[in-house]
Amino acid sequence: MKAILTLDNLASGLVATIWTPVFVAIFLAIIAYAFWPRNKAAFDEAAHLPLREE
Amino acid sequence: MSQPSISKSMTIGESGLAVVFAATAFLCVIASAKALDAPFAFHAALGAAASVAAVFCIINRYFERPAALPPAEINGRPNYNMGPIKFSSFMAMFWGIAGFLVGLIIASQLAWPALNFDLPWIQFGRLRPLHTSAVIFAFGGNVLIATSFYVVQKSCRVRLAGDLAPWFVVIGYNFFILVAGTGYLLGVTQSKEYAEPEWYADLWLTIVWVVYLLVFLVTVIKRKEPHIFVANWFYLAFIVTIAVLHLGNNPALPVSVFGSKSYVAWGGIQDAMFQWWYGHNAVGFFLTAGFLAIMYYFIPKRADRPIYSYRLSIIHFWALIFLYIWAGPHHLHYTALPDWTQTLGMTFSIMLWMPSWGGMINGLMTLSGAWDKLRTDPVLRMLVVSVAFYGMSTFEGPMMSIKVVNSLSHYTDWTIGHVHSGALGWVGFVSFGALYCLVPWAWNRKGLYSLKLVNWHFWVATLGIVLYISAMWVSGILQGLMWRAYTSLGFLEYSFIETVEAMHPFYIIRAAGGGLFLIGSLIMAYNLWMTVRVGEAEVQMPVALQPAE
Repeated sequence: MKAILTLDNLASGLVATIWTPVFVAIFLAIIAYAFWPRNKAAFDEAAHLPLREE
Repeated sequence: MSQPSISKSMTIGESGLAVVFAATAFLCVIASAKALDAPFAFHAALGAAASVAAVFCIINRYFERPAALPPAEINGRPNYNMGPIKFSSFMAMFWGIAGFLVGLIIASQLAWPALNFDLPWIQFGRLRPLHTSAVIFAFGGNVLIATSFYVVQKSCRVRLAGDLAPWFVVIGYNFFILVAGTGYLLGVTQSKEYAEPEWYADLWLTIVWVVYLLVFLVTVIKRKEPHIFVANWFYLAFIVTIAVLHLGNNPALPVSVFGSKSYVAWGGIQDAMFQWWYGHNAVGFFLTAGFLAIMYYFIPKRADRPIYSYRLSIIHFWALIFLYIWAGPHHLHYTALPDWTQTLGMTFSIMLWMPSWGGMINGLMTLSGAWDKLRTDPVLRMLVVSVAFYGMSTFEGPMMSIKVVNSLSHYTDWTIGHVHSGALGWVGFVSFGALYCLVPWAWNRKGLYSLKLVNWHFWVATLGIVLYISAMWVSGILQGLMWRAYTSLGFLEYSFIETVEAMHPFYIIRAAGGGLFLIGSLIMAYNLWMTVRVGEAEVQMPVALQPAE
């Protein structure tokens, strides 16, 4: 039997697992961006974009 | 931008494309002559004819056009490119009617099998992919290309990128449809659901799709509006993901470069997983993301109200992107797929309920302060009802992905009912609503020929959908229950043919529903035709008229 905890396995396992926290962090950052109070005015304006074109 | 008195010469695009098509015509003739099977010879000949026609069109267009290409702006206003949009809108209506008609034919074949007349070309097995491809890729695809080219120009306030490139996209895409569709009738298929076209059609679609992506991207990059409107995000996600899905699912080795048959690189359960990773994300990114882009632009525009919550639209978009890609395994419950993968697919499908309903609420609430318009504007009603159907089918989908529910629903007509509440109710109605808006805008008409006919279309088609989906619910659950019914001695209670017999009345009701939906689309085609033919031209406020394309 091969040892489970080789450096190779550890590295590939880490790479495979790291995506979960990375994606969660990116998603949380997007939510923060969407709810950031300073962005509100820009978003309210963007919501009107289809209505004010030429 | 205007360049007065320059000597007329072909652009690099014109001359280059003409040479490429001339070479393609030559290669196609050789391929046709050396073909190993008749359908391949036919398709190669079709390719040769189309290439020759393309060379002729490019050169003819060059001689007809003025020395300078159409300017990007006229009097400081963007000179929008409507030609390719008009073409795609027309093709959408054409393929829509064709696809609904073929659907009605196969629905009738299921009720009355003699209707296949024992002819190989119109067997259910060949017409069924023709129906699905015609409605999803031909009708839906042309609607998406037409609306995306319109929305990206308008919301970026810039002319569509490219001169021949947009035309290459719309005509090239429809040529792909032609090759795929005639292939099905002739028995050419790689037997992957929603990815039936063989390797050469797949290669051609790849080229067309990359050009589509470039036209869209370059238009966004050239934008005059600093903010990239949310609909463009959805369109971009649709275009990019479809490219990835298409390349992931279709790598294949042809038996010969002169034959239609190929073998897919993936084998066994990996092939199944790739197939449904593709299949479900085609639902997620073609039939959902693309049409949500339509929702986010056309509903505010038609209702004359801003998007209810732009914040929600951002979260809606990213939640959909992060979750959808994992949902595919729910198509493979109780198969050789590892159990954990099935559970993963089910979990993500259930989580998808949240962004789906977030989006639905955002679309519906955009009518805040304009609900009265539903009474007077049947086009807006169509758009809003489509969002309601979106909510309904995106509730039903996660529910059906739960393994115990799936054990009853899978392989039954319930699935067909679910798909059609999404396809007819959501995709169909949002497309109809968008085309009813787009045709008067693109052809510069004051309004539609008749709102009364839109009203008729709405009610006839709605009745058709209700008949269709309620028949399939009853039929599907009945079928599922009959399959699992045991006698007290432990034998199966019903033979398979008994379950088939029990479906008969529901198949007739379903065909009637499909027939009504088809009638609705014919009313629509007449209405749009008359809008273009006799509709009153919209008078532009500034004096400068845009030149015809």
